[in-house]
Amino acid sequence: MMNRMREYLLRHRSLDIVLRLTAIAIVLPLVAATPIFGAFQPFNGWLTGFANAAIFVMLAIGLNIVVGKAGLLDLGFAAFFAIGAYTYAFGASAYSGNDIPFWLMLPIGAVVTAIFGVAIGAPTLRLRGDYLAIVTLGFGEIIPNVLLNSDKYTLGTNGISGLDRPELPIIGVFKSNEPWPWFILAIVLIGLIMIAADRISFSRIGRAWEAIREDELAAASNGINTVTFKLLAFAIGASTAGIAGAFLASKLSFVSPDQFKFSVSVTVLSMLVLGGIGNLWGAAIGAFLLYFVQSILLKQLNEGFKGVPVLGEIDFLQLQYLLFGLALVIMMLRRPGGLFPERRAARHRAGESKQ
Amino acid sequence: MVSPLAWAKRNSVLLWVAAVAIAFFLAVPPVQFVNALTLGAIYALIALGYTMVYGIVELINFAHGDVFMLGTFVSLSILIDVMGVTGPITNPLQLAVVLIFILAVTMGLMGAVGFLIEKLAYRPLRNAPKLAPLITAIGVSFILQNIVQLWKGPYKTNFPQFFPMDAALMFGSVRIGLINVLVIAVALILMIALQLFITRSKTGRAMRATALDPTAAALMGVNIDATISRTFVIGAAIAGAGSVMFGLYLGITDFSIGFLAGLKAFTAAVVGGIGNTLGAALGAFTIGFTEVGATVAGFSRWKDAIVFILLVAFLTFRPNGILGSDSSDRA
Repeated sequence: MMNRMREYLLRHRSLDIVLRLTAIAIVLPLVAATPIFGAFQPFNGWLTGFANAAIFVMLAIGLNIVVGKAGLLDLGFAAFFAIGAYTYAFGASAYSGNDIPFWLMLPIGAVVTAIFGVAIGAPTLRLRGDYLAIVTLGFGEIIPNVLLNSDKYTLGTNGISGLDRPELPIIGVFKSNEPWPWFILAIVLIGLIMIAADRISFSRIGRAWEAIREDELAAASNGINTVTFKLLAFAIGASTAGIAGAFLASKLSFVSPDQFKFSVSVTVLSMLVLGGIGNLWGAAIGAFLLYFVQSILLKQLNEGFKGVPVLGEIDFLQLQYLLFGLALVIMMLRRPGGLFPERRAARHRAGESKQ
Repeated sequence: MVSPLAWAKRNSVLLWVAAVAIAFFLAVPPVQFVNALTLGAIYALIALGYTMVYGIVELINFAHGDVFMLGTFVSLSILIDVMGVTGPITNPLQLAVVLIFILAVTMGLMGAVGFLIEKLAYRPLRNAPKLAPLITAIGVSFILQNIVQLWKGPYKTNFPQFFPMDAALMFGSVRIGLINVLVIAVALILMIALQLFITRSKTGRAMRATALDPTAAALMGVNIDATISRTFVIGAAIAGAGSVMFGLYLGITDFSIGFLAGLKAFTAAVVGGIGNTLGAALGAFTIGFTEVGATVAGFSRWKDAIVFILLVAFLTFRPNGILGSDSSDRA
């Protein structure tokens, strides 16, 4: 029975994703409701935390398509996140005067960021892969810079506040102090993004990406138009960040250039490297874990070591980015596949290392 | 009969340099012209390391800009905490001694940092998929930034400007600060020394051979590991000299300057033709002129974005830079 079910789910991957996410959506609140977790923060705090972590999960899945599947290093992912969030701010806020519903803004945000992805990818993707890394790095630095300096439109460093929140029939407008709708919405969005990412990965497009990642020359000589497929990966990854940006903007009801600094790009990359480059669930779990290391564990370490000599002196929150940097280097050196390596890639790498 | 277009194409470098220089000399006051040269000289010192490393291992060493940043802090700490230098030194002999000492020590220490980074973070991954060293490079960059932030705090820190800032040479009515002369001179001396080293010395020949074809070079008896390691050391040491010049010229530093400095230096390397040391210098002066030009034109807030647009424009229309040939280096 179990075996047959497993086989069935292997063939029906989207159903598998839905079932797993449903299980997660049930288990997580139950776990958070236990007294152990309640000791750290109240139940509502946990639910809000899950919804915030979901933003990073979406980003990690998007970046996984670019870095993991197509093998393109995007170091300015936060720029697309920012574009998604600001698109939302311009499309649905009292400040802009537009009130396009959230549900319509999601696809709009995805399309706008995809266009930016093509615009930034087109000149560079024709070249060697590592030029893309530096251009995206620059793009990630320039976009917050532009948002900061075009204060006529973006209000500069003050940011834009009072963004519209999602609205559903029955539930009404989502409120910031009611975490349940956000939590469910986050899970649904992750589900949709995961199914899309999974379906693309196992289609002709996904196979083309993997071929390009492993050997671009061989892929090209097998008739794959490498530029088109790389551009496609870049645009799809960017649009995921656009959706995450729209979700963040509506959830906080506020955007400012500060939220999209370079450290966000590095954080998402660390999540991906930790979880397992190329593995959908690995990326998601890496993002989830690292988000809670960042937002809960380090704070708890500060509290826990208070009064202890030496350890009590350290501000663990200040250490977080240092730890992310170390995680990137150490993971690449010791466990390049991440905690949950992509299965096919793992087999491939084992063969490669014997050269 | 040579068509004008073909002639222009063959001598594009000359035309480029002439056009930029003349346009600037006419467009901006002489003081700004000198400022652009000075800024360009500092970028050149950083760009050299970028372009050398890329030339030899085809790795964008993201940590390079942060090595430069670390250099500003190491040199200011040595100046203040070890040597007790905080203000201007007027005695010329003493000034020369302090200057040479701090340059030598900073270059040496940064060279050591470059050596360690290569050994710990890049060498183990030399035969790994190409993504891996790029990811460790960004990791190392982030580590250096955060170490400095923990060490010195996230604030802007004053660099002891021991060089007399008001000393100047007068050319008629045009006043040129001695500090500008110093920065440009140090950059030129190091560039010439590097060029001589690369073209004349045995190590330099090994570096050029490794850049061309590592396997063939190894077969000819070149010690690849040592050669690559030396390239990193030299690049980082020159960036260290750049840190001292930056500190003296601008008098201020903070933990995040490496990011933009690195990006601009890389742009300089691309503009000049990556892998080409002369091109890196040329590209760096182009960036210096672009930035000062943007500031003079009233776009100082947008100068970073303009440099970035320059990078994308070059990658789109002339990916091999002004000194690169048309077909090589394209994947």
